[in-house]
Amino acid sequence: MGHYVLRRVLQMIPVFFGATLLIFLMVYSLPGDPIAAMFGDKAADPAQVASLRHKYYLDQPLWKQYLHYMNNIFHLDFGTSFTGRPVSEIMADAFPVTIRLALVAFFFEIFIGLPLGLIAGLYRGSVADTLVLVLTLIVISIPVFVLGYIAQTIFAINLGWVTATVQDSTDISQLILPGLVLASLSLAYVARLTRTSIGENLRADYMRTAVAKGLPRHTIIGRHLLRNSLIPVVTFLGTDLGALMGGAIVTEGIFNIAGVGNVLYKAINQKEGPTVVGIVTVLVLVYLVASLVVDLLYAVLDPRIRYA
Amino acid sequence: MPAGTRVRWAVVSATSVALVATGCGSSGGSGGGSSDASKTFTYQSSEPQNPLQPANANETGGGRIVQNLFKGLADYDPSNGKLRMQVADSIDTSDAQTYNVTLKSGWTFHDGTPVTSQSFVDAWNWAANVGNNQINSSWFGDIEGYKDVHPENGSPTTDKMSGLTVQDDTHFTIKLYNKVSYFPYKLGYVAFSPLPQGFFKDPAGYGQKPVGNGPYEFVSWDHNSQVVTKTFANYQGVDKPKNGGVVFKMYTTAEAAYADLQSNNLDVIDQVPPSALANYKNDLGDRAIDAPQGAIQNVGFTLYQSDWQGQDKAKVRQGLSMAIDRDTITKTVLQGSRKAATAWVAEGVEGYKSGTCGDFCTYNPDKAKQLIQEGGGVPGNAVKITYNADGGHKEWVDAVCNSIRQATGVNCSGDPKTDFKTARAAITGHQIDGMFRTGWVQDYPLNANFLADVYRTGAASNDTGYSSPEFDKLSTEADQAASIQDTATGYQKAEEQLALDMPAIPLWYYRTNSGYSTNVQNVTFDSFGNPAWTQVEVKG
Repeated sequence: MGHYVLRRVLQMIPVFFGATLLIFLMVYSLPGDPIAAMFGDKAADPAQVASLRHKYYLDQPLWKQYLHYMNNIFHLDFGTSFTGRPVSEIMADAFPVTIRLALVAFFFEIFIGLPLGLIAGLYRGSVADTLVLVLTLIVISIPVFVLGYIAQTIFAINLGWVTATVQDSTDISQLILPGLVLASLSLAYVARLTRTSIGENLRADYMRTAVAKGLPRHTIIGRHLLRNSLIPVVTFLGTDLGALMGGAIVTEGIFNIAGVGNVLYKAINQKEGPTVVGIVTVLVLVYLVASLVVDLLYAVLDPRIRYA
Repeated sequence: MPAGTRVRWAVVSATSVALVATGCGSSGGSGGGSSDASKTFTYQSSEPQNPLQPANANETGGGRIVQNLFKGLADYDPSNGKLRMQVADSIDTSDAQTYNVTLKSGWTFHDGTPVTSQSFVDAWNWAANVGNNQINSSWFGDIEGYKDVHPENGSPTTDKMSGLTVQDDTHFTIKLYNKVSYFPYKLGYVAFSPLPQGFFKDPAGYGQKPVGNGPYEFVSWDHNSQVVTKTFANYQGVDKPKNGGVVFKMYTTAEAAYADLQSNNLDVIDQVPPSALANYKNDLGDRAIDAPQGAIQNVGFTLYQSDWQGQDKAKVRQGLSMAIDRDTITKTVLQGSRKAATAWVAEGVEGYKSGTCGDFCTYNPDKAKQLIQEGGGVPGNAVKITYNADGGHKEWVDAVCNSIRQATGVNCSGDPKTDFKTARAAITGHQIDGMFRTGWVQDYPLNANFLADVYRTGAASNDTGYSSPEFDKLSTEADQAASIQDTATGYQKAEEQLALDMPAIPLWYYRTNSGYSTNVQNVTFDSFGNPAWTQVEVKG
């Protein structure tokens, strides 16, 4: 087990280098010149452009830029943005915001999505099942920005229960509405995934055995049925946590949350290489860690899975 | 500056006007009610893209913050766009080349140090220096000695411009390379602000925590969230703040800002988002703003192509202009949000004269057909109008083309480029065939800015390749006039030449579509699309 974890962690090193190199190449192959873009389209002064290019190390060949960047990373220097702020500071600002939002959303996925799926799966064909299926279908088919604007209009502008945008991202109560909107799609998937998985396992041999043995119902469902049904759901949740971290651009935009999605979007627009590479690299690492945790959870859920 | 280009999101906001609601709103506050001069108000902003240094603020987000923290020799009166003296007591010249500046006494920076001649001269020398990487460094290009601190290649040979001479604490002179009669108008731009001595020891640090001499002093910059300012008690300007400060709240989407405005979490917005344009006057009632802006939308011709050269082709261009039904398009497609243009200079700008374009900007299908025939017709009887597809221009380009097609039978179609950057690259790279969308947003509210910078031979933003000896001669004469009034009149003469040559067709003038919350009153907008910050009153 310890050996396995160590191997997985070591595997992250080449992934880290590969990811940074790829992202680096992609950012620098984006069309448009970041320095010229700083001038809007007012004719940029060539002497000033040359001087700025030198300042941001953009007058060097690509491979030198990459080595320079990597060298800085090993000195824990993620570079500076065009505003003169260290990228590490930008990330230290943005990530906590996004993590809070992602956790709120994750909470809803687990504590609303799972029970809905469980109920629908246990009582297949019932009114509750149909209701869950219809509701999740609606949520899946409506784009998240539509849901976001509807929620904002109803709860903030019409009813006035919450502020229209997030005024203070450390206040969890303000994150409930955006969190719910952000979670909605995944929540529907979790519910449907759980429902299907439960439905399949209900007919499994071990379930019949457990029932025949006369085990109490809560033990059958909790220990045998749910635990065995959770593997696909946990896989989904694990990768979804990564997606919640980086993919909340739309929700963050609607509710004006200064999280990773927003910062990344702006940095890509301005072609701020160091900011984009820094943030995306961290996101890649988050994905890797999340999938490692998922793999380890398999063993907890199903003791038959062993890691050699 | 070409229309809608100051920053990327300004492009979005400028174009958003394309779908504005009908009817005319009042610009200005609802008046009445008591106000509390100690209370702050919030304004929709975007995270500055550069450190907060006066010569580095060329985009809206940082620009409007710096504008409030600093005050230069002069600025523009928000009510009429005229130049008004601030730190300067007077800016005199006898030959339009050497300017004598006299400062008022009593001005101090927010840290208490006095604002002197040296504060200006040092600031300008620093900003013009190529090594200090200020985006607006080229603004100092008129001043003698600029080429020494800002050489085209290599390092500066000195760090002082020879054209700037300090006499004493309240007097200095500016000597220019050439005669520029409207130079004082340029001085109203924020890049010409003074800097305190402390700045030069730590420019980077001051860029994060600026110390200025403007109506508001810097309190905090909570990145991606807000910049807080408070009223500077010792502010000496003519526009004493009627409020306690401005809080610039960062928004990434106009929709979020509008939602906050509706629920009174935000006091003044920048531009109404496209999705709300149809309803904002209903939503906000007398808190809706519809004010003129110093910006114009044009369609330019590729005069560098042989197809469009020769005096006869001017008739074709005039004919095409007459084939566009501006009144109907601004009323229907643009829903009354813009005003049909009758000249190449936007309304409300010093030196604006309506009707310079004359009959050529009046819809007349018969005359249009006739002129096009006299001029030998449109090459291939077809034209394309190139535009950027990300700016909401499709609707009106199609309408203009329909109008041309129906009036003259010329086959007109739109030619969308994916985004603004791509369209600009095609335009400046001369990879356009026929016509293209263009425009101009004022750098300063003087007609010279709409004319010299766009239509003079070889001007940096002369995208059409227009070159008229007559226009060049008239504008050079205007530059050498004795006063700004004479300059403006001189440029009006030069503008008349544009009607004869029609290098670009003026379409319409932009408007500011905005609004404010129930917490504030007396909100008015200037021709830059900025509110008159110090005049906003917060209700008690």
